[in-house]
Amino acid sequence: MPFILRRIAFYIVAAWAALTANFFLPRLMPGNAVEAIMSKFPNLTPSTYHALEAMLGVGHPGSLWDQYGSYLNDVVHFNFGISVSNYPAPVSTLLAQTIPWTLALVGSATVIAFFLGTVFGIFAGWRNGGWLDRLLPGLMFVQAMPYFFLALVLLWLLAVHVLHIFPIAQGYAGGLVPGWDWTFISSAIGHSILPAFTIVITSLAGWMLQMRNVMITTIGEDYVLAGQAKGLPSRRVIFNYAARNAFLPQLQGFGLALGFVVSGAIVMEIVFSYPGIGLLLLGAVQSNDYPLMQAIFLVITFAVLIANLIVDLVIVAFDPRVRTREAA
Amino acid sequence: MTTDLGNPVPAVTEPGGSRRLSGEPVLSIRDLSIVYRTLAGDVRAVDSVSLDLHPGEVVGLVGESGSGKSTLAYGATRLLRAPAVITSGSVRYAGRRLTTPTDVLQLTTDQLTKLRWREIAIVFQSAMNALNPVLNVHDQLTDVIRAHLEVSRRDATTKAAGLLDLVGIPRTRLRSYPHELSGGMRQRVMIAMALATDPEVVIMDEPTTALDVVVQREILGQILDLKDSLGFAILFITHDLSLLLELADRIAVMYAGQLMEVGTAVEIHHEPAHPYTKRLLRSFPSLRGPRRELSGIPGTPPDLLDPPPGCPFLPRCTEGTDACAKIVIRLAGVRTSADPDHQTACPFVLPDPELPDGRGVSGAQPAVIAATSRPNAEELKQ
Amino acid sequence: MTLGSGVLPISRDLTAPGPPPRQLGRWRRLPPKAKAGAILLGLFVLVAIIGPMVAPYNPSFQSPNPALSMNAPSAAHLLGTTQSGEDVLSQLLSGIRLTLELGVLVGLIATALSVLVGVTAAYLGGLWDELLMLVSNVFLVIPALPLLIILLGYLPRTGQTATILVLAALGWPWGARVIRAQTLSIRNRDFVAAARETGESGWRIIAFEIVPNEVSLIAANFVNTVLYAIGASVALAFIGLTNTSTWSLGTIMYWAQSQEALQLGAWWWFVPPGLAVALMGTALVLLNTGIDELGNPRLRDANRRAKVDGHRLQPTAPTPVQHAALPQRTSPLTAFMRSFSRTAYLEDRAQRVRAARASEGQR
Repeated sequence: MPFILRRIAFYIVAAWAALTANFFLPRLMPGNAVEAIMSKFPNLTPSTYHALEAMLGVGHPGSLWDQYGSYLNDVVHFNFGISVSNYPAPVSTLLAQTIPWTLALVGSATVIAFFLGTVFGIFAGWRNGGWLDRLLPGLMFVQAMPYFFLALVLLWLLAVHVLHIFPIAQGYAGGLVPGWDWTFISSAIGHSILPAFTIVITSLAGWMLQMRNVMITTIGEDYVLAGQAKGLPSRRVIFNYAARNAFLPQLQGFGLALGFVVSGAIVMEIVFSYPGIGLLLLGAVQSNDYPLMQAIFLVITFAVLIANLIVDLVIVAFDPRVRTREAA
Repeated sequence: MTTDLGNPVPAVTEPGGSRRLSGEPVLSIRDLSIVYRTLAGDVRAVDSVSLDLHPGEVVGLVGESGSGKSTLAYGATRLLRAPAVITSGSVRYAGRRLTTPTDVLQLTTDQLTKLRWREIAIVFQSAMNALNPVLNVHDQLTDVIRAHLEVSRRDATTKAAGLLDLVGIPRTRLRSYPHELSGGMRQRVMIAMALATDPEVVIMDEPTTALDVVVQREILGQILDLKDSLGFAILFITHDLSLLLELADRIAVMYAGQLMEVGTAVEIHHEPAHPYTKRLLRSFPSLRGPRRELSGIPGTPPDLLDPPPGCPFLPRCTEGTDACAKIVIRLAGVRTSADPDHQTACPFVLPDPELPDGRGVSGAQPAVIAATSRPNAEELKQ
Repeated sequence: MTLGSGVLPISRDLTAPGPPPRQLGRWRRLPPKAKAGAILLGLFVLVAIIGPMVAPYNPSFQSPNPALSMNAPSAAHLLGTTQSGEDVLSQLLSGIRLTLELGVLVGLIATALSVLVGVTAAYLGGLWDELLMLVSNVFLVIPALPLLIILLGYLPRTGQTATILVLAALGWPWGARVIRAQTLSIRNRDFVAAARETGESGWRIIAFEIVPNEVSLIAANFVNTVLYAIGASVALAFIGLTNTSTWSLGTIMYWAQSQEALQLGAWWWFVPPGLAVALMGTALVLLNTGIDELGNPRLRDANRRAKVDGHRLQPTAPTPVQHAALPQRTSPLTAFMRSFSRTAYLEDRAQRVRAARASEGQR
């Protein structure tokens, strides 16, 4: 399967680029950035100071290459340093606490939205001119909204002021202790409904619009006409002839948009005070916690790369041409 | 109008042998007009065309790009997409399996779906585009078999394998995808697919235009063999008249959405009646005749959005007169022809009899004869 | 030669009324989506230009009067006030200008970069092409927002300029890929070969033969980039990474969030800026779809073709058979709405012509 191997190689290159950017950026900034960063923390305890140094590679002896090497080594061992804002918690611990929440929420919501949006898009494209088309401008409006804005509006309408159906914030009810018991899990699910709903609504519009357009283009292809000429049942022509072919560009679009969807969702978490990466990120930015910021960047990047790889696998499963073709 | 299109009928296989060319036509197109409704007006793609197809015969439909030949064929099975509209005429289909003949244009969508492919199949022009890229050959053959015939999955697979044998493709190719096949093989798969449910009529839309000449000849030979053994009729659409002269029983010449001439291949070849047909024949070399200068047909086809009155070929016709701008185009029998079914749309020009060296007479003064009166001997001699 | 003496049939159609105009004006030919998008965007541009000048208050003016804090919309403050007594409407007007400015500037820079990289990669080919595309693809797959966050995080100053540059630096790859693909296909076309034959120099060919053919693609790319820039800058501002003392739309929402406007029910603080962003985004998406439809005839025709003689058809329905023009079945309301539409007027006129011709033929 040369295609998949090529894709993996590409992702390795991209990951390496992200790591290297992460390493060199503080050193490339105008002025002596390292000094500037250090000077933002005038009252550091010596151990925090050392933690920062380690993260920035200043304290390490040796040439730039040595520092780079030990940096890579650290990353591979999930050693992202010590968090400045949450001292003395190591960054990796903080990440381990928050990643599952974000993964569960964003992962499932994105997949649901993609699936629903694609299905609606199939029908909107097939029954072009039907009532689904009347929704188009509304969908565009929803798609153009920032995720966190919709979150604010929904919260205000459904949780804070107009109705009080949903919980206002957090990932679970206040007094509960995280654990695998039903009380906790049901509370967690209840708290994740509104955030998930926000993600689904906004991104669904985008997927539906995209699938509709691809379907319309695909329906103009000769093989769909041939399918009709063959007297096949409508359902078969829609799904096996039109949609299966339209799904491929749709998947590619999904891969490309994944970065934006994840980013938007993470920022949205802030509105809900959801215990995911978003809140961590906000804290890191506001307190200039560079080790944490860097680590979050790496984690998000790697997650998106892996998701893209999964999308590539699905494409291979669906498109026989790719399996034999040399593609980049 | 009763049909048995309500239930799928098991495949009826007759012992081979071609049918007679006479008798009731299996497909009878009468006065068919098709327009494209655009915001700028109606484009008359097909204008009052009538054509018959008899069981087992090969009728060639020839014309330039934009002459409406494909529109006619696809319109007959109502496969044209918006903004095409059929504005007049009927398409009468009288296949063996139907208890009574039926007008395709009057069918409901369900009945149409049952009729398509089972009775009238189509071989598309570009197999690369007409075959579904994500389904393998087996699936594309069996889905149409199982849509029209009540057969089990295994029987459908057996039948599909048999179809590949029929067109000379190894059975191992059943699991191949279209992009893994060569051009010639893809076209053969299309032909196999068209014959999957034993149709009465096969419309072939320039099936070999995209192939090289050697493969073209093989495939055409195969098509004729299959026609003889299975007994279907072929409506062969092409822009290549030379091909039809060898392949077709009858030829219909189309220009600007209207039929210019209809006749047997022999008649068209040796006694073409319409000026357009004559120019077409002169525009390709013959293998056996003497060398001569090729002539094209200068000018372009007319704008079908606002066609000028009278004969559409007038601007490019070397034998046209002012009277040509005032006539209404319709086919009428060629007076000097032995065959009563040889028809032409030009009432003013007679066929040029073939000279012994194979050339037609060029540049002779046309004998202008009234469309309605019978000529006397003196007039004919001119 | 004897001329025939028979009666010749009458001529066709010489007395029918003339056909409807074939050339529709350029504005009317644009798909309705593009028109709507352009009008909406135009409105925002107008607000951006004159907004801050007509703003009733200085957006940063913090009223010392505690009674004016967190006020709902009133006559004095049309969109209410913030926690510190600032006027939301003035902030909004200022924000629209700032955000739009930023979006357009990023769009221009990034599009220029995309064209440069895309055309160069396509024209040079070979190793350069591979390299440039690899760089583009890497930029594309790495998620933009986190990268922007650390980029901005390390910069000593995070002013408007820095934000613009950083956004542009991440906004060019998508367009570069698309333009490269288009350039490749144009490059192989005959008129480029002809230009080369007549000795036109490389960059002249690029500038005068290739690029003019990609205008709609570049326009779509520009619109897309502005969309991305607005979205990204608003998100960045919301986290607090950009300059929090200038009033971009995202910053307004940052302050609203940090001052707990939601919990306090001050909807007038966060809803207007968010709506503004959403509407600007919608305008851009509409415009983009319109440009898409211009370039892809199937999409455009899909919307027009869906109606034949006023009756909606699925694109895959059998060809309709109409032996005579069917009468319009419309409710009075629909007829009233249709009477304002030029398209409907043209369709009706075409239908009247057809009917006249049909009856002419029968006589």
